[in-house]
Amino acid sequence: MSQSEPKALAPAPASAGAGALATKKRKRRYSLLNRRDKVLLSLMVGIPLAIFLLLIWAMTLVSIVLSFTNWDGVNPIAFVGIDNYTQLFTTYPFFWPAVAHNIMWLLFFVCLATPMGILLAVLLDRPLRGSAVYQSIFFIPVVLSLAVVGFIWKLQYLPLAGNGFIDSAFVALGWMDPKHAVNWLGDPTINIWAVLVAASWRHVGYIMVLYLAGLKSVDPSLREAAAIDGANERQTFIHVVFPVMAPINVVIVVVTVIESLRAFDIAYIINHGKNGLELLSILITNSALSEAGLIGFGSAVAVILLTISLVPIVLYLSRVMRSENQ
Amino acid sequence: MDDLDKKSGFLTGGKVTRREVLKTGVIAAAGLTLLPTVLAACGSSSSGGKVTIGNNHSDASDLAGMKAVNDAFSKANSSITLTMNTVDHGTFQDQINNYLGATPDDAFSWFSGYRMRFFADKGLATAIDDSWDKVKSNFTAGFANSVVGNDKKVYGIPVDYYPWCVFYRKSLFSDKGYTVPATWDDLLTLCAKMKTDGLTPFAFGDSDGWPAMGTFDILNLRLNGYDFHVGLMTGAQKWTDPKVTAVFQTWAKLIPFYTDGYAGLTWQQACDTLVRKTAGLYFLGLFMTGEVATVDKTAVDDIDFFPFPFFKNAFDAEQALDAPIDIWMLSAKSPSLQADLASAKTYLEFWAKGSTQLLMYAANNGFIPCATDADPTTLTVLTKKAVEIVSKAQKITQFLDRDTRPDFAGANSMQSFLLNFLKTPAQDLVAFQQSIQDFWDKLPAYKG
Repeated sequence: MSQSEPKALAPAPASAGAGALATKKRKRRYSLLNRRDKVLLSLMVGIPLAIFLLLIWAMTLVSIVLSFTNWDGVNPIAFVGIDNYTQLFTTYPFFWPAVAHNIMWLLFFVCLATPMGILLAVLLDRPLRGSAVYQSIFFIPVVLSLAVVGFIWKLQYLPLAGNGFIDSAFVALGWMDPKHAVNWLGDPTINIWAVLVAASWRHVGYIMVLYLAGLKSVDPSLREAAAIDGANERQTFIHVVFPVMAPINVVIVVVTVIESLRAFDIAYIINHGKNGLELLSILITNSALSEAGLIGFGSAVAVILLTISLVPIVLYLSRVMRSENQ
Repeated sequence: MDDLDKKSGFLTGGKVTRREVLKTGVIAAAGLTLLPTVLAACGSSSSGGKVTIGNNHSDASDLAGMKAVNDAFSKANSSITLTMNTVDHGTFQDQINNYLGATPDDAFSWFSGYRMRFFADKGLATAIDDSWDKVKSNFTAGFANSVVGNDKKVYGIPVDYYPWCVFYRKSLFSDKGYTVPATWDDLLTLCAKMKTDGLTPFAFGDSDGWPAMGTFDILNLRLNGYDFHVGLMTGAQKWTDPKVTAVFQTWAKLIPFYTDGYAGLTWQQACDTLVRKTAGLYFLGLFMTGEVATVDKTAVDDIDFFPFPFFKNAFDAEQALDAPIDIWMLSAKSPSLQADLASAKTYLEFWAKGSTQLLMYAANNGFIPCATDADPTTLTVLTKKAVEIVSKAQKITQFLDRDTRPDFAGANSMQSFLLNFLKTPAQDLVAFQQSIQDFWDKLPAYKG
């Protein structure tokens, strides 16, 4: 290491400490990096970038290309144009149900599970005896993996013939006629709702913790000021706390959308996504990653899921960039 | 300045450390990749050899059987080191493409028929004609045919099979005065009577998707015959054929007698209802006796079965049924196969012995040994009856998901189609069958 280097680097920590140096000085700082630093820096940025490009974007592009083929994973790749897409949109009977179920999942989370989590967070944020106990109780499902959640709820929902807990309990309590016991997982008009309840059981706790962390960081003097101005608790939350929580709110929305789009585990555990539990992610798995090996067909579903996912991603990014510009 | 020096020192120090870390990493990685090669070299230099096997017999009883077989193998071939990788049965199937295409074990457990030929045609299996020549005298023609690929080479060693029949409890039948139905009409009459007696006439659990395939197979075999069924499975016949409509219409008459909530039940849970005598009949493979034993060991002797009832038509003479055969195969892309080829073949040849297959049978009586020299006196009464029924059959099929392309039989293909039908048997069957045919038509080209 040359003697001059420590000096050359001197402004870097200083500027980081000061935080608001003029752009001119910043430019100078970069120009002062010697060759070795530049190589090092480009390696440090380049390697993760290359990994990212290779593992995310290259794979995405490959998926898009494969969606126009009927590759089976082994034999030579043959292009079939938009055949996979026309099949999905027209004759394949499990595609639209999968789209519908993903949308139902999103709406259920946005309209019920997420508000429920926020409500719990607001309630538990108040001085309350045993708040930590309640928090733990609601948070425990989040610690469990979705595969375990799926397994737990599968046991609850089993039909009477399989000794499911809910049906057995309802019959024992006389709330249900054993001759017309509800088939929670087998009835294709009901099972998606049963699964949504199971998924929400976990999601509510997740949202609660995220929101609670945000609430704890709200400056108490704001509430005080609102109270002095005569605002009641509801008004304080709606007009003061909620707006202050804007960054957390965005995170909550993004988390909710992501959880809905990547819905997979519970339905897959229950019946591999058949019979009313079709989901886009499971269609991909069952087509492309199972014994079927329909990689082209599965890729087409993946591209559609990607397209749907792009909508919230673009909305989120545009919001983030707008706030950065301000 | 002191402070700054420290910081820059940290930077340079970091650089050196990072490089060293990288260096160490590279050496470690090289070591890891070299290690197996070195080990392999050691292995092949000593006369013995090694073999790795991928095992899908993952249920507790089957796994015990596998262990007994492997112990016997190691005893007989002490110079060969055997490594077994057991994967859950269903997971093994789901991952078979990735498994066989990447770095599989030398030998793996699989299924005979179309499902074997499909992967052999993809170049993912190694032919074992030389081994087969040594052991083929121990198998009848039916078993021999089931392991021949489209290129006329042999790809597997048949180890066990099990017929699909209708099971019932003898004590329930004698208590209620039921008789075994010989015809379809008898079956419907019996089911109606059981329903008035407060029983679930026909136990059924289709959560896994494949149990429904067995019923489709047997109805198609009974109504349309073996040739049409095989033609339909291989694509020579169309799913839009009115003969297929007839199968679905006939099936619709049986659906009201199924267990409530069958779509949410596994086959094991449906089996339990038969054991507990809340259900009267159960159509499944003989392997269900393993589940019976798990629930209630004393009930096994009370289980009996009969072939699926007949329709009094021209196809009765075929006495056809599903009797899937399990086999052991050699992979093609195993990195160690070249070195292990001789010992891997020794392992497969070991499986061709009746004594080996009986070890597996001892662990689970639901799987009947294929080898001719398997001592028949060791078989249970129930197994002997199964053997007899299969030997009477003029035509034997494997099972829908073994007789047709795997990409057609998956969870979001045929399994879902059949569940869709079971849910709404009164739907427009023409449109329904068209959607099945469309799905078939769009599958990647493959000449099976």
